[in-house]
Amino acid sequence: MGEGVAAGRAAGRVRGCARVTRPYQSAARLGLVACTACELVCRPVSTADPGFCARCGERLSVRRPRSLQIAAALVIAAAICYVPANMLPVLTTTTLGSAEPDTIIGGVMLLYNSGSWPLALIVLVASVMIPLGKIVALAYLLIAVRRGAIHGGHEQARLYHVVEFIGRWSMLDVFVDAYTVALVQLQPMMSVAPGPGILFFAAVVVLTMLAAEYFDPRLIWDAADGAEQRHVA
Amino acid sequence: MTASLVACPGCDLLQRLPALRPGDRATCARCAHVLARRPVNGLDRCLPLTVAAAILLVVANVTPLMDLSAVGRTASTTIIGGAIEMWSEGERATAVIVAFCAVIAPAAFITSMLTVLVAARRHRVPLWTGEVLRWMRYLHVWSLQEVMMLGILVALVKIAELARVDAGLGIFSIGALTILFPAIMVNFDSRAIWERLEWARESRPAGPPAGSGGAHA
Repeated sequence: MGEGVAAGRAAGRVRGCARVTRPYQSAARLGLVACTACELVCRPVSTADPGFCARCGERLSVRRPRSLQIAAALVIAAAICYVPANMLPVLTTTTLGSAEPDTIIGGVMLLYNSGSWPLALIVLVASVMIPLGKIVALAYLLIAVRRGAIHGGHEQARLYHVVEFIGRWSMLDVFVDAYTVALVQLQPMMSVAPGPGILFFAAVVVLTMLAAEYFDPRLIWDAADGAEQRHVA
Repeated sequence: MTASLVACPGCDLLQRLPALRPGDRATCARCAHVLARRPVNGLDRCLPLTVAAAILLVVANVTPLMDLSAVGRTASTTIIGGAIEMWSEGERATAVIVAFCAVIAPAAFITSMLTVLVAARRHRVPLWTGEVLRWMRYLHVWSLQEVMMLGILVALVKIAELARVDAGLGIFSIGALTILFPAIMVNFDSRAIWERLEWARESRPAGPPAGSGGAHA
């Protein structure tokens, strides 16, 4: 499948396109291992214990070891942290003795009410929707790869790409809060202190970024190849 | 010909890189991952860009980001100030994350990049360059200066409701850095440095132990 799509993409995006032998062969199936640091293609004596890269000395592995297990553990931890991250206040504003705690959604409402709805939208997308979307997307990818229920692989690969690319932007609210706290220190009139929610929120962002890092996208294509072979047989 | 054999890091498809002309890039035929790019004068362009980024990084870190004034009182902050205030307010883990993503990772990344680029200009690339290159991948992922910039701008708008806020030199330096980081990456050809490293290793009179198990395919 996807022959026309793949060929079209290669010709469209590349000036001087990579020559590929068909049917598609993954390096792993030919007993080759690409170094994850310097990308040298090595032929190890045994793929079970490939040793180290001949060029840069990085430890070789056919696929990231325990990729699915570690990524799944990180996604579950992130999902747990997502609840307190949204329930607990991230900022507490003290104005002349009266303290007012604000959650992430509260901060978005504050921006919206003050008339800057584009910023409210940016914060809403970066702090609420992107973290949730990342958790859902990673959970879907992990389950799909684990069950081998992938056809083609292009959609899943694109989804992984989006998660990887967009993930860093959910750190936005951590920075907003850090610099709000750093600047608004006009005691005794007004001061802003961080709330307990910020730790959970930062944890969600870091855990999902790590999960995306640990997830080996090559497993998507392995699963797709496996599904294709089962289909043919 | 062996050097042109690549397995896509995104999907493990084995393919042969064509000879790239300057300015070309090759993407994977299956998953469109960028496999190699050959920038025009890449390493020569990278060095001035990285030097500029290093200077801006220092300026951004020592000058105030913004000043806040309300009813006769003023306050200002720097990049690291955000982390310090978080730490002193008791949110230490968050402070460490902010300090790492905003200051430590970008600074370490630019320092490594500068080291690699200077080392790559030597006739024989020093072998430790590979070690630095290996660590740079992770530093790049965790350098969140562009996210930080947007975060500061949002904070600025939020606070502007309550007090007068003046943007400082620091925020403009970060703005320039946000453009310089991708400009460096687009012009950086790590494959060329790895190939020169390989040459440096192989042409050394007494060959060092070149890792065990793995052999050049």
